[in-house]
Amino acid sequence: MTRTGVVGWALAAPALAVIAVFFALPVVMGLALSLTDFDLYGLADLSTVRFVGLDNYLRLLQTPPFWQALANTLYFVAVGVPASISLSLGTALLLNARIAKWQALFRTALFAPVVTTVVAVAVIWRYLLHTRYGLINQALAAIGIDPVDWLGDPRWSMPAIILFAAWKNFGYNMVILLAALQAIPGELYESARVDGAGPLRQFTDLTFPLLTPTLVMVGIMTLAGYFQLFAEPYVMTQGGPLRSTVSVLYFMYEEGFRWWNLGYASAVAFLLFLIVFAVSAGLLRFDRDPAASR
Amino acid sequence: MRPNEPRSEARRQALLKLAAGTAAFTVAGCGRSDDARGALNFWAMGREAEVVAELLPAFHSRHPDIRVRVQQLPWTAAHEKLLTAYAGDALPDLCQLGNTWLPELSALDALEPLDAPVNAGIARDDYFAGILDTNVMPTPSGNRLFGLPWYVDTRVLFYRSDLLRAAGHAQPPQSWAEWLTAMRAVRQAGGGRSYGALLPLNEPDPLYALALQQGALLADNDTRGAFSEAPFRRALGFYADVFREGLAPAMSAAQISNVWDEFGRGLFAFYVSGPWNIGEFRRRLPRERQADWATAPLPGPDGPGFSTAGGSSLVIFKRSPRKAAAWRLVEYLSEPATMQRFHALTGNLPPRRSAWRSAELATDAPSQAFARQLERVRAAPKIPEWERIFQAMQLAAERVVARTQDIDEATTQLDAWVDALLEKRRWLRARAQAGDGRR
Repeated sequence: MTRTGVVGWALAAPALAVIAVFFALPVVMGLALSLTDFDLYGLADLSTVRFVGLDNYLRLLQTPPFWQALANTLYFVAVGVPASISLSLGTALLLNARIAKWQALFRTALFAPVVTTVVAVAVIWRYLLHTRYGLINQALAAIGIDPVDWLGDPRWSMPAIILFAAWKNFGYNMVILLAALQAIPGELYESARVDGAGPLRQFTDLTFPLLTPTLVMVGIMTLAGYFQLFAEPYVMTQGGPLRSTVSVLYFMYEEGFRWWNLGYASAVAFLLFLIVFAVSAGLLRFDRDPAASR
Repeated sequence: MRPNEPRSEARRQALLKLAAGTAAFTVAGCGRSDDARGALNFWAMGREAEVVAELLPAFHSRHPDIRVRVQQLPWTAAHEKLLTAYAGDALPDLCQLGNTWLPELSALDALEPLDAPVNAGIARDDYFAGILDTNVMPTPSGNRLFGLPWYVDTRVLFYRSDLLRAAGHAQPPQSWAEWLTAMRAVRQAGGGRSYGALLPLNEPDPLYALALQQGALLADNDTRGAFSEAPFRRALGFYADVFREGLAPAMSAAQISNVWDEFGRGLFAFYVSGPWNIGEFRRRLPRERQADWATAPLPGPDGPGFSTAGGSSLVIFKRSPRKAAAWRLVEYLSEPATMQRFHALTGNLPPRRSAWRSAELATDAPSQAFARQLERVRAAPKIPEWERIFQAMQLAAERVVARTQDIDEATTQLDAWVDALLEKRRWLRARAQAGDGRR
């Protein structure tokens, strides 16, 4: 090895050691755990832990509650991610518009939900969503819509969670998209106007293509985050009503920390990882060849 | 060194206090110290944790050397908290434990057997037998008592006596047949607008109580399900019939916005519920309805039946360095006089017969039905998996009521699921037996 190579490794060693101990090791141990039947009995006496190969995974795929949790999560991702990103994009465009006043104030206000704690805000949203006293139902009543039992009706519980999550998270992407918008040179818009492009044409043929790399990045991050839905149902619904808000992660939490089937729960975690990995890899293809997305 | 100088002395005192404070803080921060004289850590849950503080001054004046630190756990998080505390070796000295969680913590070998101190000072037969039994767990060296019941919980019949009288029944039903007749009569008298009973579909307790009246729900030393056998099928058959005949609405508790309102309005005449509802009915039913409700022991297949044995126990953890002091607290909280004060503060029913002799409990009609029921309660299967099986049982019953499955299909499927869940227990048992054989 060259001298610079040694120095490079030496300098990187502390960081690598931290990554190895706090990231690689737990991941490998988690993978190993998912191949065993570590459970309550294993916690009491390690000698009762058996190696079960891929049994946990096979059993998981035959468990209807897991599929329900996966379906709930996909519902949340499929509706929540586009909703959240369009909200971010919409507000970013508004803030970037030349006619916008008090930009800094709005930017801060819209970003505020991101820096609040989920639990505290969820409690407030539970008041907002309250069937009888909630502001949301009062507003709906004002336009003649009957009260909705947001968190008690299995048809409305997930939309309520999506609404909450989108509100909580859109500010983060908004700031990123706003920065990307501001990085688009003004001359491009000028020449577009000279060529006779209206505001819509400017958006579809100029803003959107130039934003695509940022949008893909934002999309992947949001997707990965939304697949890991947990805190919202944990605080607001405890998975109910009728298990309609049980996400994959919530299912894993119940298996792992309620019933203490840690082997089985680790298998859930790895399966979720594979799903997120596959979906993110799929999204990345858009980025590699922007022309392919048109 | 001028030790007599007042300022220096004051500074020394301050430093000592600071050092002591730091030490105390460190101890508290660690969560566990082996200092046998430190404060007792007592984990209690929900309402009981709020109230127990009021019982402590009398304890402190009797045992000035023991300090007690009560920590409140919310019920919803308590189970996870206990297991993670076990895994992280951060359990307290003693704890309030729902008695369905005892099998789990005894399987972990986390609990201290209480046989010796109990035999030395507490009359076991003063406790309701079925309730005390929930604290007795099998161990390799025989049955051991791992907790002392603190308060009890069981299910009885709450009913509208006026509706029952109007339908021609002066007495509450004692058997399943009488109960069915009474429910039909109420439904008829109400012109079809009212139901016989409310059995919320998301609550397993009513069906479970009916089932344990019939016999064991698990077979082969609690390693297989016995749900497709006759006892459970009889109970599920009765339960499903009540819905099929339209005697109970097929609803979950969430669909009934307010049980007390509906009970007051006469939507249903019977409701199977627990002790906390005595207080709720008194608080929430309008004054003019207060004479119209009563409680009665649960009807059985042929005559008064058994019900569930629930409630909370007090347990001491094996790894506590302060077991003697912890036992003093358990002993104090288990005294009939303390239990009576506890009942006055919370409405929780005491597990000792002698505590029931207080004027307040002995003359309280709704509570008396519980006293009679408590003589007939049966412990749930003592395995850590029971709570899961209990939930799965109700899901199977829901499918039968919704007619997506018949009783055969639902119970066979439930047994298959239970058998798969208990595979580890069968393996552990076989292993233990093989181990014995080799020895």
